[in-house]
Amino acid sequence: MADAPAREDIVTRLPAVRPGAFRRLLEHEQFLAALLLSPTLVILGLFIAYPFAKGIWLSVSSATVGNPGVFIGAENFVKVWNDSIFQKAAQNTVIYTAVATVFKLGLGMILALLLNHHFRGKRLIRASILLPFIIPTVLSTFAWKWMFDPTFSVINWTLYYFGLIAQRIPWLSDSNLALGSVIIVNVWRGMPFFAITLLAGLQTVNPELHEAAAMDGANGWQRFWRITWPLLLPVTMVVVLFSVIQTFADFQLVYVLTGGGPANSTHLFATYAYQIGVATGLLGEGAAISLAMFPILFVIVILQLWYIRRVEGA
Amino acid sequence: MKKPDEEETRMGKKSVGRRTFLKATGAALTAGGLAGILEARRAPAFAQGAKLHVLRWVDFIPEADAELKRQAPLASKALGAEVTIEFINVNDLQARTTAAIESKAGADIIQLLWNWPHLYASALVDVSDVAEPIGKAQGGYYDIFNSTAKVGGKWLGVPHGVIGNTVAYRRSWHEEIGVKEFPKTWDEWRQVGKKLKAKGRPIGQALGHSFGDPPTFCYPLLWSFGGAETDPSGKKVAINSKGTIESLKFFQAFWKDACDEGGLAWDDTNNNRAFHAGEISATLNGASIYVVAKRQQDKIKDDKGQPLYLDIEHGAPLPGGPAGRFALYVPFQHGVMKYSKNQKLAKEFLKWHHQKANYEKWFEANGAYSVGATKAWEDHPMWGKVDKPLRVYQAAARQARMFGYAGPATAKATEVYTKYIIVDMYAKAAQGMKAEDVAKWAEGELRKIYG
Repeated sequence: MADAPAREDIVTRLPAVRPGAFRRLLEHEQFLAALLLSPTLVILGLFIAYPFAKGIWLSVSSATVGNPGVFIGAENFVKVWNDSIFQKAAQNTVIYTAVATVFKLGLGMILALLLNHHFRGKRLIRASILLPFIIPTVLSTFAWKWMFDPTFSVINWTLYYFGLIAQRIPWLSDSNLALGSVIIVNVWRGMPFFAITLLAGLQTVNPELHEAAAMDGANGWQRFWRITWPLLLPVTMVVVLFSVIQTFADFQLVYVLTGGGPANSTHLFATYAYQIGVATGLLGEGAAISLAMFPILFVIVILQLWYIRRVEGA
Repeated sequence: MKKPDEEETRMGKKSVGRRTFLKATGAALTAGGLAGILEARRAPAFAQGAKLHVLRWVDFIPEADAELKRQAPLASKALGAEVTIEFINVNDLQARTTAAIESKAGADIIQLLWNWPHLYASALVDVSDVAEPIGKAQGGYYDIFNSTAKVGGKWLGVPHGVIGNTVAYRRSWHEEIGVKEFPKTWDEWRQVGKKLKAKGRPIGQALGHSFGDPPTFCYPLLWSFGGAETDPSGKKVAINSKGTIESLKFFQAFWKDACDEGGLAWDDTNNNRAFHAGEISATLNGASIYVVAKRQQDKIKDDKGQPLYLDIEHGAPLPGGPAGRFALYVPFQHGVMKYSKNQKLAKEFLKWHHQKANYEKWFEANGAYSVGATKAWEDHPMWGKVDKPLRVYQAAARQARMFGYAGPATAKATEVYTKYIIVDMYAKAAQGMKAEDVAKWAEGELRKIYG
């Protein structure tokens, strides 16, 4: 112990030598920038870039569970391209995303306009609107599954009770109705996100513009179309962009509600990729199905970002 | 009053007593490490603090899981290592298995359904030294395990049990039209179903995309008419055959004459509810319709207000066709993972669990829902005690085949199964597509998979 330097010595010696060098480095702008960026780069690299690169590799390999596989070029893509279930899943994904987004936007906008008014209990209502968005998807989707149950559906019971239907509606059993049903649940879940974001956008619109337009004789629709909508457009485009990405890559809702059935009528890219990659163990083919989403989403994102820039620049 | 041991079983065999059973089947299981452990009367020398992680599904019979939970500390004591059994939802089992194999980390033993040993072959340890002695000691495994748990002549899974699907039917409704026994041939069942449907009591069969009832109906129907996915080599697609076309033609008539045509899009749960609601007279199902009706006898009642379970009978298995009578049941096995650092311990655990005194308790807790993997369990005294309708499962596993037939149950057979091609074949026929065209469509789809 006699050789060990005294504690005071370390404390007094350290600031004299090390901080000087370190401080000099910190003053170096490029080093500081790299240092500050590095945590983000590490996270992005680990959780975004690596899985993406691994996904690309898997899609061009013959990998199955437990076997790394070999490079097989575009074979997986050719196979899925000719697969009738994949074609159906692609068609479903486009319909699911388009219809759900239109309804979420329309209903979300109406809700936002209503919530923008002053009324008693406004804060409570605004908070409760977010409930579908807050509840974990799996939990709320299970509740919907029961509501769509062919024999015990509360929706069917109500409609039957009031004499509106004579036969049960096979919500999740009929191919067309099943896709409609999953869209309904997606709209129910996604609408609050639209409503709250648009509401925030609405509150930035200067009321004087509306007052001036009203004095000039503009009616409600004209004020919405000429003032609210153009001012809200950048916010709307961002919300739509987020929603399209999320809806296009949706998995949980369909997985819980229908598992892709009946007769593949509700399979989306993600659920079919899971079925092939995990249930069948064909990792390469599953990755190819999953990656098929990428070019479509890429084009959508580019188009929307371009439009947002144009609107903001105008 | 007869003792349960002496009671005649429904299969016409005499049950044997528990002692006789244990004596008869226990003697042979002395190979491997277990005998050594028992002789030495002390736990084998595993690394200090060794832990064993077993991953299984959450059983539909909670009592079966409770029994395994009870056994875990006993196994820990016997093996000198900490045994943990984790139970997860059956739908998550493959995702967890895939993640574990790819990351080379996870449970040491994983429960494998269907033909998963083929899917995960490269990640599984050869467990022939565990499986062979158990099979020999207990009257031999059911044939189905030769195609599911055995890959390239090696056992990659230790067979654990089989869950069967048989037809649950309303006894009184069948008696009303003069039917005392469940029909033995498809033609007979069609005639019976025709009479029942005329009275508003059709047969309910799920034909949607769900893992249990639709495939377990369609595959046996195909086989019973001599249809098969491939030739015995598993390389040549053989679906477009006379047998397949005959089965499709039969099914079109059967569907129209005898079935609830809404079943086209049913999943595994719809038929249970329809049966309990008194809307269908018969349906292919596991024991769950009966078990649930009995457990909820105050709620689930028949048209006369009596508990419905009293009117439920089980016919075994599906009727037969010109080529025979078959079944597609779910086989279960346990696999030891190659990445595991405790492979020896894992094998010792499986030997311990399959020891008669331990396995028997799990088997009894199942109460006929999951039957044994070996034929000796058909003679167990439990069969004299279970409710009569469930005794149909006693030897039902003998007729079980696996998908992929007549070829081996490879990963390609799994792909056909997960894409519901055989189920869709019958669904298309039910929708009115010409039988020959349906067979041709299926041939095209199968060729894309089998090459």
